[in-house]
Amino acid sequence: MDVLSKPANELGELILSGAISIVDLIDKVYERIMKLESKVNAIITLRSRSDLLKEAENKEKEIKRGAAKGLLFGVPVAVKDNISTKGIRTTCGSKILENYVPPYDATVVKLLKKEGAIIICKTNMDEFAMGSSTETSYFGPTRNPWDLERVPGGSSGGSAAVLAAGIVPLALGSDTGGSVRCPAAFTATVGLKPTYGLVSRYGLIAYANSLEQIGPMARNVTDVALLLNVISKYDENDGTSIPGSRPDYMYSLSNPYHIKGSLKVGLVVEMMGEGVSDEVRKVILRALDKISGEGIEIEEVSLSSLKYALPAYYIIAMSEASSNLARYDGVRYGFRAKIDGDWNKVYMETRAQGFGLEVKRRIIMGTFALSAGYFDQYYLRALKVRTLILNDFRRAFKKFNVLVGPTMPILPFKIGEKIKDPLAMYMCDIETVSANLAGIPAISIPAGFIGNLPVGLQIMAPPLHEELLLKISKIFEDKIGLRNLIAPL
Amino acid sequence: MEKLKVKIGLEVHVQLTKLKTKLFCSCPSDYRGKPPNTYVCPVCLGLPGSLPKVNSKAIEYAVMVALALNCKINRKVMFFRKHYFYPDMTKNFQITQYDRAGGAPIAVNGYLKLSTSDKEKVVRIRRINIEEDPGKLVYPTGSIITSPYTLVDYNRAGIALLEIVTEPDIETPAEARLFLQKLRSILEHLDVCDCGLEGAVRTDANISVAGGGRVEIKNIGSIKDVEKALMYEILRQKEALLKGLSIRSETRHWDDVRKVTVPLRVKEEEQDYRYFPEADIPPIIITEEFIEKIAKQMPELPDERLKRFQREYGLPYYDSSVLVSNKKLADFFEETVKLYKRNPKKVANVIINDFLRWIHEKGLELDNVKAKPKDIAELLKLLDNGIISIKIAKTVLPEIIVSGKSPSQVVKERKLLKISDKQIIRQIALKIFREHKKAAFDALKDKKAINYLIGQIMKYTKGRADPAVTGKVVKELLTDLKEGKLKL
Ligand SMILES: [Zn+2]
Repeated sequence: MDVLSKPANELGELILSGAISIVDLIDKVYERIMKLESKVNAIITLRSRSDLLKEAENKEKEIKRGAAKGLLFGVPVAVKDNISTKGIRTTCGSKILENYVPPYDATVVKLLKKEGAIIICKTNMDEFAMGSSTETSYFGPTRNPWDLERVPGGSSGGSAAVLAAGIVPLALGSDTGGSVRCPAAFTATVGLKPTYGLVSRYGLIAYANSLEQIGPMARNVTDVALLLNVISKYDENDGTSIPGSRPDYMYSLSNPYHIKGSLKVGLVVEMMGEGVSDEVRKVILRALDKISGEGIEIEEVSLSSLKYALPAYYIIAMSEASSNLARYDGVRYGFRAKIDGDWNKVYMETRAQGFGLEVKRRIIMGTFALSAGYFDQYYLRALKVRTLILNDFRRAFKKFNVLVGPTMPILPFKIGEKIKDPLAMYMCDIETVSANLAGIPAISIPAGFIGNLPVGLQIMAPPLHEELLLKISKIFEDKIGLRNLIAPL
Repeated sequence: MEKLKVKIGLEVHVQLTKLKTKLFCSCPSDYRGKPPNTYVCPVCLGLPGSLPKVNSKAIEYAVMVALALNCKINRKVMFFRKHYFYPDMTKNFQITQYDRAGGAPIAVNGYLKLSTSDKEKVVRIRRINIEEDPGKLVYPTGSIITSPYTLVDYNRAGIALLEIVTEPDIETPAEARLFLQKLRSILEHLDVCDCGLEGAVRTDANISVAGGGRVEIKNIGSIKDVEKALMYEILRQKEALLKGLSIRSETRHWDDVRKVTVPLRVKEEEQDYRYFPEADIPPIIITEEFIEKIAKQMPELPDERLKRFQREYGLPYYDSSVLVSNKKLADFFEETVKLYKRNPKKVANVIINDFLRWIHEKGLELDNVKAKPKDIAELLKLLDNGIISIKIAKTVLPEIIVSGKSPSQVVKERKLLKISDKQIIRQIALKIFREHKKAAFDALKDKKAINYLIGQIMKYTKGRADPAVTGKVVKELLTDLKEGKLKL
């Protein structure tokens, strides 16, 4: 258990120095999965033990030869199952991709491998990342390691759960409207949604391509910075990838208190209003209390356009989803309904059987929003809201270094509690979607607990200010004093 | 009812076959004749997670075409998704361009001038889109009806296409042909498309007669068929109007076997493509400098070349226009002239009157003609040097077109050298005179009989006898005969 609780940034050095055997480490990871997976159901595909041990042995040989290098050499990592892994099936939590094995690696996976990381497993998720609870997965819901009766958040619930369960120190998630931050908040872990374009989306199976980013997840801010160092590179295969080099995010953390002048933090009033539970509000205010003082000023700020964020988000996300998911027809890969008939009939039946209810709902609503006669009324108007929100953030960032609020308006809820009420489920995203609409970086760090149920603090920064965001997150993490938490299981 | 107003618009899909790679990935674009589904990658197969990467050369080519068609080039180019389900689509949407909802195709508002015998005609270009080609459905029996299943080949998926859309300015099927011929010549002069390749240029034509419904004819493969399909449609619609029927707007299919248009199955509802911006491709900004750079590098276009042919080679307008209507023909002409500088007009005559005729007669295309410019030049030189007669030249030409042998080789092999030796011709003539005694004596007073005798000599020598020498010999023999010096 001891090695498994080590932060990744320490683990890497211990491995390279030979203090920790990679084979032992992988063995322990595997044992822990065997022990907990039946309770948590965080994993869709686990690589075979022999494959993993072989990779571990090869890596150990490299160390002996003195050829080992890489920021994550020998470090076990979990990857959300909507990120393409060559030779390892990638299902998106859907029946329609149940047997799909990509012939290529996503850019982030290539980067992980280049730095020596060992990919252990593909983690559970809401089907096509559509959900905030990991309940819509075709492979069954993931349970929250802090309370097995409750959801771990979503859609990257599996990635958050393997962190909180102490299985691996690092995981990749993806965040379209909060899918990294929400499960981070619900599991007392740290999850970052980077600036749109900072991390390559090549190989990330699209849900809503203008909104989503792959994000690093870990049990502390420093590890998130480490993983961001690995995955954030300009990629010519992604037309939306921002050109140019990236700063060393780890280096910027080495002296986090070195921020010029006093730090201005804006507490977004719209994020503390209606729909936010008293418990969450209480934990957030208590955390902010701990943070303020010593050159950190916290002040309320209003971003009035945020009240339109949720509907705008859902119109854009569903519209894009209806387009992105059109390709699943059973002709070239994935599930195909076993019926006779012309292509039209086979397509309909394949999609009827292959997609789950929530995915169908979003495809239908997105198709509707893009239809002739409704396009202007919905999609174009949603784009206008998007611009308004972006402008509101720009204005706010002129005055504040970062903005804060709760990540989730409520505590982790019971499995089955909201799944039949889509509107209640959509309301869970009310705090997180605006960062996706504006394309700005946002992180969730543990703010506190109500009983054994975690509450996350969300921090947002201007575009491409990940360095600042991580520095501030590190300061807040120090002050709140919650890091490297593993749920008692 | 005689002169009904006809309005024709064309939508031409042009593959940018000269690009090395597809529009959004690095798969090679010379997919023709390759085993099915071997020229594919995650991007053009639309595999989950793959993203398009714009081939910047395609943008360059599109700008060249836009400049050649006098279009306004949009400075901010955006791609859109056009949605419809069909098995040749790998993503079930096509990445294309759109002129509404904030979209901007690469170019708009251009024109192309056509010269017909009596007037100059302007056809306006509404817009030019860049888009991806879908894959190809393959019917194992060759027919959609009898095939028990359908195969899909995605080698073509993602090939860069330009969609060139005209305003309905065209008034006759012949004008449509002229437009397409000129467009083709421009594309070939720009070296962006090898238009002769199967499926490289596909045309949809829309037509309305006397203000009736707009009928669209889909996917016509060749320029000739566009003309035929339009003629058929005009006739069909005129007949319907004569019967008092109204023409409804519909989409028809060109059956190139039966050479008729047939209605496509009518859909219950209007297709809604749900166009919306392709967020994976950020807007491309086209700068003034970029356009200027391309404008400077533009090759000579057919109109300029036509004028140059008139000026430089002293060719008449007609000859020049025939030659530049096809880039390869114009190139062929110029290369021949380089090797045979003394008389460009003669070269033009041979190419237009003889060479082209034989190509059509043999059912060939310029591409598969074996004869090279050097062969035509050689033929003309053999003629000039009196080695072969014009008659022989005309028999040698079709053979070099088909065989690829040089003219002198053909002349040698078939023993076609001209006979100019007076002694030899005299002996042959004597033989003919003796075999045609009556004609010989008739010839003393009848000119027709002289020609008959010359004809017989030519026939006997298979046209190789030098006409001038032959005429002289016959005249001398007839004098001898008259004076009794010759006994038959
Ligand atoms: Zn490709």
